[in-house]
Amino acid sequence: MVKVVIAAYGITPFTKDDQKIESVLLKSAKNLFDNNPKINRNDIDAVLVSTNSNSKYLSPILSEMAGIQPKIAHSVESLCNSGTNAIVSAYSYIASGLADMVLISGAERYDSPGQILEWDNSRGEFKHPIFWASIFTKSYKREFSISDEDLAIVSVKNHKQAKENPNALTMDTCTVQDVMNSKKLTDDLRVLNCSRPCTGSASILLASEEAAKKITDMPVWITGIGQKTISAGFTKHASFSSMESTKLAGQTALKMANHNTEDIDVVEIHDAFSVCEPIALESLGFSSTGDGIGIVKALHETDNFKINPRGGLIGSGHPLGATGIAQTIEITQQLQSNAGNRQVDSAKVGLVHNMSAAATSSTVLVLEK
Amino acid sequence: MSFESELSQGQFCIPECTVCKKIVWPDSDFCNHCFGPVSLKKGDFKGKIIEFSRQNEEYFCVVEFEGVVKVIAKISEIPKINQIVKISKCGISNGNHFFYVN
Repeated sequence: MVKVVIAAYGITPFTKDDQKIESVLLKSAKNLFDNNPKINRNDIDAVLVSTNSNSKYLSPILSEMAGIQPKIAHSVESLCNSGTNAIVSAYSYIASGLADMVLISGAERYDSPGQILEWDNSRGEFKHPIFWASIFTKSYKREFSISDEDLAIVSVKNHKQAKENPNALTMDTCTVQDVMNSKKLTDDLRVLNCSRPCTGSASILLASEEAAKKITDMPVWITGIGQKTISAGFTKHASFSSMESTKLAGQTALKMANHNTEDIDVVEIHDAFSVCEPIALESLGFSSTGDGIGIVKALHETDNFKINPRGGLIGSGHPLGATGIAQTIEITQQLQSNAGNRQVDSAKVGLVHNMSAAATSSTVLVLEK
Repeated sequence: MSFESELSQGQFCIPECTVCKKIVWPDSDFCNHCFGPVSLKKGDFKGKIIEFSRQNEEYFCVVEFEGVVKVIAKISEIPKINQIVKISKCGISNGNHFFYVN
């Protein structure tokens, strides 16, 4: 199987701007090519677009706007983990020999239709994500005697870290008290416990080992991939205080990369809501069950950016189709020692966790320099 | 009659495969185990509250029926975990299914 390299990336600031999805898409692709003048666009075999936008034919549109005539061009949609699903598709094209170089661009608008899964009627009138998040939060708090103040630390930490991310939606920091005093959405969720939908895009170029040599002397390798879909419907979960799809995807990715959690230096976690961070850390094996929040607290108190250095979804914003790609770019920058004030010391191996629809589906990537 | 057409008339049914007898949830035209045709069980089903929260003055809870079917429903009283409830009202409004339990 051909080895696959992250050879280049481009990203734009996440905003609340009202822009056409085509314009949003092009911006991060342009940023990628501006930053990597050695790329010959005639060498790009495939262009994949990751988005939940209802606009059609976006990959050929992006290709035309970027002056590319790829062999393969299509969109990938899987709600919030569309981005890493597109990366896995691109990986597969290269690993199989169908392509040598693939551009993946993810983009979303602040009003994305991907925020609501209309099909899931078992949620009754409660289809907005704040309701599944409230159920997860209530369950996690009761099962492990976690307080709202404990969970607020996730938001405090991630907003603090986002202040060092020039592309984050906001640079505002907050305290535990700010989180506790922010607008109450339900008994178990306040506004500052939530990531916010926004407008943004992120692009990444994957290449075979040989093709990457022409572009970069700092290759980052994708060495582990794990994916698992348990269901589409939220109510199929056997537990609301753990993430089975994340657990299984993580095991698969770590096994493929021949690593364990002790080897991982830096991690991007899909913290759509504050409760997601400790639960995901536990499901991935970074802590024992019920102690994910202990890790979050310890890292926050020591200003250690190991988990969600760019500020996670809570701090950076959550443009659905771009999120998984932005997470992967962050780990790439960390492994290239190119993350500025967010840099984690001596990062050699990193992990990306990206999930959809209340963790019914998860993707985990392991990256190495 | 389909699950949705029964629900639109205020009747909560449990979809069951006519071949392997497994409960099919979410409702579907065919069994997700053997692809057999699905029929609807009617009854005064008892469910169990397995989780809940509240928005403003309104409680919402995850209720499990027959160990398989789970829905998010409204409840007027303060819910308790493992509380046994029944569907008191259900239907479809503006395209959304809705369920009340007590």
